[in-house]
Amino acid sequence: MNLDNLPILSILIWLPILGGVWSLIIGDQEERVVKRFSFLISFVTFLLSVLLYYQFDNSFSGMQFIEELYWIESFSIKYHLGVDGIALPLIMLTTFTTILVVMAAWEVIDKNISYYMCAFLILTGLMNGVFVALDSILFYVFWESMLIPMFLIIGIWGGPNRVYATIKFFLYTFFGSVFMLVALLYLYSITDSFNIQVLQEASIGLTAQKLIFIAFFLAFAVKIPMWPVHTWLPDAHVEAPTGGSVVLAAIMLKMGGYGFLRFSLPIAPDASLFFADAMIALSLIAIVYIGFVALVQEDMKKLIAYSSISHMGFVTLGFFIPFGIFAATNSNAGAVMGMEGAMMQMISHGFISAAMFLCVGVMYDRLHSRMIKDYGGVVNSMPYFAAFMMLFAMANSGLPGTSGFVGEFLVILSSFKLSFWIAFTAALTLILGAAYTLWMYKRVVFGEAIREEVLELKDIDARETFILFLLASVVLLFGIWPAPLFDVMHVSIEQLIQHISQTKIL
Amino acid sequence: MINHMETIYLSIVLAPLFGSLVAGLFGRAIGRAGAHWVTIIGVAISSILSMLAYKHHIIDGAPDYNQTLYTWLTSGGIDFQIGFLIDPLSVTMMVVVSFVSWMIHIYTIGYMHDDPGYQRFFSYISLFTFAMLMLVMSNNFLQLFFGWEAVGLVSYLLIGFWFKKESAIFANLKAFLVNRVGDFGFLLGVAAILMYFNTLDYVEVFNNVEQHKNTTITLFNGESWSVMTVICLSLFIGAMGKSAQFPLHVWLPDSMEGPTPISALIHAATMVTAGIFMVSRMSPLFELSVTALNFILVIGAVTALFMGFLGLVQNDIKRVVAYSTLSQLGYMTVALGASAYAAAMFHLVTHAFFKALLFLAAGAVIIVMHHEQDMRKMGGLFKYMPITCLTCLIGTLALIGFPGTSGFFSKDIIIEAVHHSSLPASDFAYYAVLSGVFVTALYSFRLFFMTFFGKENMKRDVWKNLHEAPAVVTLPLIILAIPSLLLGIFLVEPLLMGDYFGSAIYVSSEHDVLSKIATGYHGTFSFITHAFLYPPVYLAFLGLFVAWLCYIKYPSLPEKLVNHIGFIYQILINKYGFDEFNQVVFAGGVRKIGNFLSQVGDVKLIDGALVNGSAKSVRLFSNTIRHIQSGYLYHYAFAIIIGLLLLIVIFVHEVLS
Repeated sequence: MNLDNLPILSILIWLPILGGVWSLIIGDQEERVVKRFSFLISFVTFLLSVLLYYQFDNSFSGMQFIEELYWIESFSIKYHLGVDGIALPLIMLTTFTTILVVMAAWEVIDKNISYYMCAFLILTGLMNGVFVALDSILFYVFWESMLIPMFLIIGIWGGPNRVYATIKFFLYTFFGSVFMLVALLYLYSITDSFNIQVLQEASIGLTAQKLIFIAFFLAFAVKIPMWPVHTWLPDAHVEAPTGGSVVLAAIMLKMGGYGFLRFSLPIAPDASLFFADAMIALSLIAIVYIGFVALVQEDMKKLIAYSSISHMGFVTLGFFIPFGIFAATNSNAGAVMGMEGAMMQMISHGFISAAMFLCVGVMYDRLHSRMIKDYGGVVNSMPYFAAFMMLFAMANSGLPGTSGFVGEFLVILSSFKLSFWIAFTAALTLILGAAYTLWMYKRVVFGEAIREEVLELKDIDARETFILFLLASVVLLFGIWPAPLFDVMHVSIEQLIQHISQTKIL
Repeated sequence: MINHMETIYLSIVLAPLFGSLVAGLFGRAIGRAGAHWVTIIGVAISSILSMLAYKHHIIDGAPDYNQTLYTWLTSGGIDFQIGFLIDPLSVTMMVVVSFVSWMIHIYTIGYMHDDPGYQRFFSYISLFTFAMLMLVMSNNFLQLFFGWEAVGLVSYLLIGFWFKKESAIFANLKAFLVNRVGDFGFLLGVAAILMYFNTLDYVEVFNNVEQHKNTTITLFNGESWSVMTVICLSLFIGAMGKSAQFPLHVWLPDSMEGPTPISALIHAATMVTAGIFMVSRMSPLFELSVTALNFILVIGAVTALFMGFLGLVQNDIKRVVAYSTLSQLGYMTVALGASAYAAAMFHLVTHAFFKALLFLAAGAVIIVMHHEQDMRKMGGLFKYMPITCLTCLIGTLALIGFPGTSGFFSKDIIIEAVHHSSLPASDFAYYAVLSGVFVTALYSFRLFFMTFFGKENMKRDVWKNLHEAPAVVTLPLIILAIPSLLLGIFLVEPLLMGDYFGSAIYVSSEHDVLSKIATGYHGTFSFITHAFLYPPVYLAFLGLFVAWLCYIKYPSLPEKLVNHIGFIYQILINKYGFDEFNQVVFAGGVRKIGNFLSQVGDVKLIDGALVNGSAKSVRLFSNTIRHIQSGYLYHYAFAIIIGLLLLIVIFVHEVLS
């Protein structure tokens, strides 16, 4: 078989979607079949993304594996797909996470398993769609339809307060996305195209750019989320089932970051430059303010959710530091490092937050509580679990040798070029991140087990060990040797930096 | 030979890592003996190969080895690499680290004999050895930071080794966070180096320091700072965390909650000296900032003297040694500030041996006393534990700088160096370290006398079972006692007269205090006799004498003294109030801020007013305008008429004007 002609991107989208539909057809009665089938689909999807990685040309800056068909010809809306070095790592993160989520549900979800698997598989296809769409309407369709399975996941398998959380999640993110649609329509009116690459090249005046930037900002800032539009995230996480939290934290937040890289920065670079100071300020507030808030949380999931927001602050900081550097030094030196650091932070946070939420899930499955005070001394009955969680807690605090360090390190190095004080403020995460993560760890895992239930906890079984082992391996691998990931994205990021450093005002 | 050496260096770091992984991951399968054998062999390989490397570089005078192992990542045109720089400085550290670690591995067999976490403990200490070796063998700032944080991690794990003990898990969190404060500064220093030098490679940075001698950076409005000062102060904040310098010293005494072998290995001999090593390594940078050197002098002097005072009032045997460690680290720091980097390294090496020895001796006493650490419940142990007592005496003599012992040479050179230094802070530092000698001798012999002599105060059941510690414990004590006693005699001459560290340490000519001392040096023996012309030796003897008076001759004296100067005693027993201050201001303050931001910021303002507020206002708005759609026809008809009338009025108004 000639793999070169395989529409691999389409398969990455449609295989999980069709698989999801099929698992629904199999139905709840055949529980084992559904599980095995879903696992097979997610595993094949992951293998396809690995294939994509091997076929991907690191030295080519444009889009690869392009597929292009007319969809709605009268508006020149196309089914237009392609990947570059920015999308590829995110796709691999998505397919990898799906395997984990399917495995994590194995013995835990006892209600409507076929619906559950269906929702997650479809979600995977849609998320892949977001990362490969090159037509902005197609992107928008994937973007919005992604909300539906997540809405159902939280709404059906969520905790007691799930209705409030799911409505808040839906309205909040939907509210932001509508403005994106307005911006896309405006861009169509001046370029006659929905092709993202065409939009990126269009020259636009500063005022229009500012409005476009704000519209996109509302969509992406809510999603990533940035301070102060972050409050939907802790609520959504608290109510979501473990799998939902994992996907939400590991991938859906990255949609916001991806949106910045695909739309906001390249379409409105002058506006990005104009707003850079404000964006940097918001990012720093996220890092510090949210760090403090995370410290006093009593619910483990809330704490990790807040820690996610704080870590995402590094992503947006890394995105906008380059503009500061252009303005201050008139050169690109140092800009690449911030941007690549932000990308790395997104990928790494995908692994670490997934691992942290899975750890809480493991405990929740046993004791049905997320509150820190209900635990204490878990290590006495679950030593293997405690060892894994220690690793992930350290990764969450950005310990060198884990993937959590790399992104933060590069963003801090890069921000120093702009200003000592920005680097100073961002580096406070070294203290805050360690404080909230390890303080939680201390109260949950260490100590004498005071409650009887904690003493009777069963340590992780083979399935759970395998899931956590997979995550531990990637967290360590990318901490010790992150170079492969950087090799994939270098050319695309450099081209992006080149693009956004030039004005689009005629 | 080069390739050959690369294999050796790799084996030096990988052997302990291998041991650690095997003992950690397969601990249950290989059993207790399996775990200690695999780790001890790993560290032994590392130690023997380090000695081989030492011979190669120091005795045979081979050129420095500086090679990259692999590229960690490349970003923005900068290669971040992992690699080794092996020169006299690193090879000295390698020998000290791997050798002390080896001895402590052996000692652990005895000390942790009955502990359920036996395998885990061996895994951790081997992992520590790996991390520490990576730190000292690094050829760049990135890997230095890796090792720096990794030793912090293992220290955290080991302080909290007995994870059921509330005090232990409090202490390990405290240690990690205080160290993180230091690392925060360190990271900023690294970032500054990358910004100005565009590389993190030591040699490339050191070769280009001259370019940035006069570069300045604006930190506060209009106030420009020398870049070198900013870099050096940031890096030194890192050293203050790791080497427990005032005011970041607070974690070290609490770290004594961990098992004694790690107190000896990590919190006395090796990890806490990482800061001293780092500053010595960065000597080409620090030489360019007189501001930083003065700062270091002051911090070191304060630590050396004031932490020594605290050792006087502690009754926990390990805590006395811990405060003594703080004070000795202060001495090393003072040497750094006086640009006597070689002297700091010298004291680091001798201290590593004699302090490890003292800790292990204290540990031997603790096991025999059934985990009793209070010295008031000991006494007279000399009869029962002669080997421990004699080795402890050697360690104590080295610590107080008794003429001829290793500590005598290293400490004397530091005091001399500060005396010769012309920096503004050097006078203060000189008197601080000089008074420190008396304090050191006093608390050291207080410990020695209270433990091994005087009245036997232990409980009866303990007393009945008193015996010498087992051979796995006494053997390391004896082995460590040898360098504690003799090392100084061998090292003093090459350090002062020869070019021991070669190009690894750079001292600018106007700061070069050691060469001034060297001009007055005429052989080891005359160095010893010469010392009798200066106060330190007499201060040490005075300290010894006072300790003898207070704890042997008139045991009731200390209590009377405390009654007379209760106020000072209270200050010392409260450790100058640092713990309370940190607990209230930092730990409490941070939680208050967090609660405020969470409750007021997130819940009330953002969620309450904005998010749910907008939802509420939508409802309010809809409720209001809902009344318009009443469903009654006459309401609509009425509205139409009013509208028409309004339109007519506007129309007429337009026409008229």
